[in-house]
Amino acid sequence: MAISVFSNRRATALLVMPALAIYTAVMLVPIVWSAIYSFMDGGLIGGFTFTGFDNYTQFFTDPQARSALRFTAIYAVAMTIGQVALGYLLSLLYLFHLRRSSTIVRTLVFFPVVLPTVAVALLFQRVFGLAPVEGPVNALIQTLGGTGIDWLGGTASAVGVLFVMDLWRSMGFYAVLLYAGLMDIPEEMIEAARLDGATGSKLVRHVVLPMLLPVLVSALVFSINGTMKVFDSIIALTGGGPAGSTTPLTLYMFQTAFGFGEYGYGSTIAMVLTLLSLIVTWFILRSTRRHLTAS
Amino acid sequence: MVSRFITRKGIAGLSLVISGLLAISACAGGGSQGAGGNGDGKFSGLTLTATTDVINTLNSLSTGDCQAQNTSAPLTLDAAPQDQYDQRLQLLLSQNGLPSTFLSPGTPDLGRKFIDADALVNVSQVLNDAGLKDAVLPAASSLVQQYYGSNDLYALPVQLNIEGIWYNKQIFAQHGIAVPTTWDQFLAAVDKFQAAGVQPIAQNGANPGWGITRWLGAYIFRALGPDAMRKVADGNAKLTDPQYVAAADQIAKLGAEGVFGKAVASADYNQTVNTFLTGRAAMMYMGSWITENIEDPKQNKVGAANIGFMRFPAVTGGAGAIDQMPANAGQPLMFAKSAFGDTSREWLKCIAQNYGDTAFEKSGLLTGMQMREKHDLSPLQRVVVDQVEGSPSTVLWFEALFSSQATTISTQNAGQLANGSMSGTDFMASVQAALGK
Repeated sequence: MAISVFSNRRATALLVMPALAIYTAVMLVPIVWSAIYSFMDGGLIGGFTFTGFDNYTQFFTDPQARSALRFTAIYAVAMTIGQVALGYLLSLLYLFHLRRSSTIVRTLVFFPVVLPTVAVALLFQRVFGLAPVEGPVNALIQTLGGTGIDWLGGTASAVGVLFVMDLWRSMGFYAVLLYAGLMDIPEEMIEAARLDGATGSKLVRHVVLPMLLPVLVSALVFSINGTMKVFDSIIALTGGGPAGSTTPLTLYMFQTAFGFGEYGYGSTIAMVLTLLSLIVTWFILRSTRRHLTAS
Repeated sequence: MVSRFITRKGIAGLSLVISGLLAISACAGGGSQGAGGNGDGKFSGLTLTATTDVINTLNSLSTGDCQAQNTSAPLTLDAAPQDQYDQRLQLLLSQNGLPSTFLSPGTPDLGRKFIDADALVNVSQVLNDAGLKDAVLPAASSLVQQYYGSNDLYALPVQLNIEGIWYNKQIFAQHGIAVPTTWDQFLAAVDKFQAAGVQPIAQNGANPGWGITRWLGAYIFRALGPDAMRKVADGNAKLTDPQYVAAADQIAKLGAEGVFGKAVASADYNQTVNTFLTGRAAMMYMGSWITENIEDPKQNKVGAANIGFMRFPAVTGGAGAIDQMPANAGQPLMFAKSAFGDTSREWLKCIAQNYGDTAFEKSGLLTGMQMREKHDLSPLQRVVVDQVEGSPSTVLWFEALFSSQATTISTQNAGQLANGSMSGTDFMASVQAALGK
């Protein structure tokens, strides 16, 4: 019987230490530091003073924070559903409809994933533009007899454009991820189900979906955590506007800490976001684990 | 077994690592103390990446009029982008590592904190001691004093811009409209343009939509007087007071009528300038920095001779006057006390004496510093100089005395005010809430 290296504590410690030291330095120390700052007020110039839970109280009474929290929640839920659902439909399309010829479609759908966010945002600004040059969307609306819309100038329409852009940008990734999961389902199992009379939606619901569940859960966890921490696409497309309608917690945290110099309150927002991410991930993992055991 | 190992010895090891790291970082903080030195044979500077005029002028001075100073304390310049600039300055101040000279923080509010922290050299004292009291133009000097609410100068105004409405003379002539001097005449002109299908105003309303709030600020100064925004800053008035809301309603009304164009909330600065300089709008509010674009035939398709400047019209019965010129001194040049010694003093004196001439010769820019030589001015520069000389006093802009938080809210919501989707009441309430924090 082979002796595991883990039976030697000293060797384990030696092997783990360098990685642990780096992890501690780049992950744990900043988190602990941030947690400490969240109980303080002040800035770099005047110094910091301990204020207890004041920042947390402020967070829950601050209308801007509430609006950022609401936007983050709506964005995260809607985008996660959108990304994973579209990715799932695409992956089914690849496997059952396009089959071997799916390579070119997969490449095309995946392409926006590798494009720089800023380039995609500029593209969408042009596509949805109204003045000085009408973008294709407004040109189409006007051809159909409507009047052009200042998409990025309206609060609701800007959110809409952001959703469309981020879905377009990310669905290829989830499609490939879920496609890999689908490929892992043994061909014989699907054949057997088909022989038993399962077709179309029945096959997907009773065979494909349960077999795909572990990958689907990973996709959900990826997606919800990614969307809760969305930053770059919003900065590039709307800058958080108009009138703060697309400002998520991350951007508000960034503005507060680095724009307004309120490091304490900024850290509080960061801690709230961290806790939210932890809770949501834990919740998803827990509920699906129960589901997995049950099935 | 693994988990038991982690629970006992692991935690001890982890805490050892953390305490080690804390010790290292503590040393790092201490090590940077006094990086600026104290006139120690080096004259360091920090500017914005975008202010090439300041960089060029300081470099030219170091090889020109200030060569002697540069020999005893060579100039080393560094530059940072605007979005990281304030943070970097605060960090440097907290580490006692400010460079010898630097452009002021982006908001006067933060600059005041530097003064309160006793981090800055009192420039007027140094200039007075050296008999150089007249080195700064009075208009510019008054602007810097308004910035920081102090009678002493804590910065050299190396930039000076007057602001007002630039208009397309051709479009005005075509529609038989004279330059308006009152708000009512202005509104009549706007109506006439709209009836003729001409976009009256091109303005940047996309976040940060300061172009729109400039209209609001200028209107407030005309209607409520030059100290209207100071009263708000000092807490003696609120933006939600009826007279301030009425001013915002004026802009909201223009917005609802589509005066700023159909996509003002997504129009950025370049787009605005382009719309105006290609003759697709009759007016644009902008500072005198725009003369550079106006004089560039590649950008200006209507010709420099066809662009005129008008003062922001007076509001009949208002407490302000048309000759109170909205102006700004950009981000003036400060000097750090912690790095101030004999060589820095010599540098300051030399910059004060020669900056105006050098900036004009090298970049064609008019600054807030007195010029000692006579220069040939272009027609547009002549306009600017005449306006400066013909204005007995200056006023700032809407956000000038705000915290960076209120500035962000104001410029973020401006687009909605300008396209009519936010009322004056709501706009002012949102900014006042940010001011109250």
